[in-house]
Amino acid sequence: MTTEPTQLQPFVESFDPARSGLPGAGLGWLKALRKTGIERFEALGLPTPKLEAWKYTRLKPLEDTRYQPVTDEDGMAALNTVPSLLPDPGGRPRLVFVNGWMRPNFWIVGDLPDGVHLESLHDVLETRPDWIRERLGTLAGEDDSSLVQLNTAMMDTGFVLRVEDGVRVETPIEVIFVGGLTAHPVAYSPRNLIVLGKGAEATVVRYHVGLGAGAYFANSVTEIDVGPGALFRNYKVQAEALEATHIDTVRARVARDATYESFSLSIGGRLSRNEVSVRLEGEGAHCALNGAYLMRGSEHCDNTTQIDHLVPHTTSREVFKGVLDDESRAVFVGRIVVHKDAQKTDGYQLCKTLLLSTGAEIDVKPELEIYADDVKCSHGATTGQMDETALFYLRSRGVPEALARNLLVQSFIGEVLEEISDEDVRRAITDQVVHWLPAACYLAEEWRAE
Amino acid sequence: MLEIKNLHVSVEGKAILKGIDLSVQPGEIHAIMGPNGSGKSTLSHVIAGRDGYEITGGRIIYQGEDLTGLAPEIRAAKGIFLAFQYPVEIPGVANTTFLKEALNAIRRYHGEDELDAMQFVKMMREKAKELGIPEDMLKRAVNVGFSGGEKKRNEILQMAILNPRLAILDETDSGLDIDAMKIVAEGVNNMRAPERSTLIITHYQRLLDYIIPDKVHVLAHGRIQRSGGKELALELEEKGYAEFGEAAA
Repeated sequence: MTTEPTQLQPFVESFDPARSGLPGAGLGWLKALRKTGIERFEALGLPTPKLEAWKYTRLKPLEDTRYQPVTDEDGMAALNTVPSLLPDPGGRPRLVFVNGWMRPNFWIVGDLPDGVHLESLHDVLETRPDWIRERLGTLAGEDDSSLVQLNTAMMDTGFVLRVEDGVRVETPIEVIFVGGLTAHPVAYSPRNLIVLGKGAEATVVRYHVGLGAGAYFANSVTEIDVGPGALFRNYKVQAEALEATHIDTVRARVARDATYESFSLSIGGRLSRNEVSVRLEGEGAHCALNGAYLMRGSEHCDNTTQIDHLVPHTTSREVFKGVLDDESRAVFVGRIVVHKDAQKTDGYQLCKTLLLSTGAEIDVKPELEIYADDVKCSHGATTGQMDETALFYLRSRGVPEALARNLLVQSFIGEVLEEISDEDVRRAITDQVVHWLPAACYLAEEWRAE
Repeated sequence: MLEIKNLHVSVEGKAILKGIDLSVQPGEIHAIMGPNGSGKSTLSHVIAGRDGYEITGGRIIYQGEDLTGLAPEIRAAKGIFLAFQYPVEIPGVANTTFLKEALNAIRRYHGEDELDAMQFVKMMREKAKELGIPEDMLKRAVNVGFSGGEKKRNEILQMAILNPRLAILDETDSGLDIDAMKIVAEGVNNMRAPERSTLIITHYQRLLDYIIPDKVHVLAHGRIQRSGGKELALELEEKGYAEFGEAAA
């Protein structure tokens, strides 16, 4: 007997009463898009480990929890200080969402250069419906995963960043999603759209942070279109609450001579999955897909990535590092597909995991599919425990054990943090790693906040 | 300084040291020589407190105190230093940072004020200069990309900074050319002091041409087989370890 219908029911049931209150409710095409979304979701069901792509991750909290829609009270929950990732913004562009709700009183968008448009999904649906109609769902469409379908049906929040041709945004734009400030389990579905014109440049840092202990389900989808010769840096820190389920789908397309750089840090949340796919569609396109995950307790973190090399002369680099303590679990799937015509592809992938406890577990699956004959692709994966000789070396010099262990974790993670090209973001992410380390934390000089 | 009495040590259930007796007085340099697999490195690691070495009998007394059960960092704070045969690479952690934190941990243990970055760097630069260590080696990550000789010199630099009471040099001469060995030897000789003792663990006699030991011991099959003065090292150089059954070891 299958239990799937009852698992889907709460999600499907909540669709009809909610739809009239969702953004863009008056738009016929969007209504149709949402309807297709919920129907596709119903047909596909929640992903289960029976699917190859979900072999190592089970969405148990979604099976067990009845999430409710976010109420006015949840959305307007008091926020004394904004938990900003980057140091004092001082005019730095910033958006803030609480339990999925926009909180424009915390927004800073004034200083953006001409040709940069940073708006809420709500506003863009009202002001530029035709523009967004052409783009929404083009990269995460109806043939995508069931959770993307659910997001398409329910998308209730999110932002749109549009950078016109040749415009460069120097400072990182921070988008903060605060969760956990509710007394009952809630679900929200941010849908973000980022479009960079020819030769444009921008950096976005998404900070998904949990305050309080409430359970919630954040199901985000971000579509990113990087135009010819453009540079987009996509950074994310996931520091969700203990009982959070965090699903983050990113679909990016990179045009000729453009660069897409991403770094994803996962340091909190009961269950998280970062599902990223990048399509290198123009010659000279490059992507750097990097990340780190540090887990403890019974947390589970899944990084599933796919890079498609579709044309000749494209390059990709992918480095992920993980540190797992206690009974935590992690999954890394790195799929690289070199299509038939994609000669002279240069791909590099590395996944390294440090297990701090015998109860921790990692499943690593590099998948290289190569259909062209003149390519350079390499991958490597290692999993190991803390180097006892290195630990003894540090201790034999007088460094106390707990501090020596922290130092070795920092040493291990440090290599991947070097991949972050924006210095402010690198420092902010480094601080997050340091905060993750056990208390009585030993901070080597280069790790101390200035 | 160091009194080892009837020491028995097992590693993973296998007896490696089978009754070592050794007495080192303050100011003395002792050389422990022996064939491969004789237990030389085990002896040095067990004095420094490495996990995984089970003392099944006997005692190690250091400055009147039984070391059994003390963590390596506590032993380090009490003045024991082990120069590693294979110094460990630690990417992402600058040599300067590592040494400053190590020294300050030891100073904290003794209730002394920590050195600030300025004070430390000044002191480190002086010591480095004496040992012919270039400035950039201090800034680089610990032992990463160092040549064999640089790694060994870095060990001697650490020793000079941490200023131990009992220094143990585990095969410090291995992999060194003559010039590098002279620098290392000079570093050790400069630290010779009435209150400091040194144990030199080595397979070959050649380091002892530059560091003259007060006593030489031959370790084989987990026991000290013979002890003597510096002339014993020359004798071993000539005859090898055959009489101690190297072939059987």
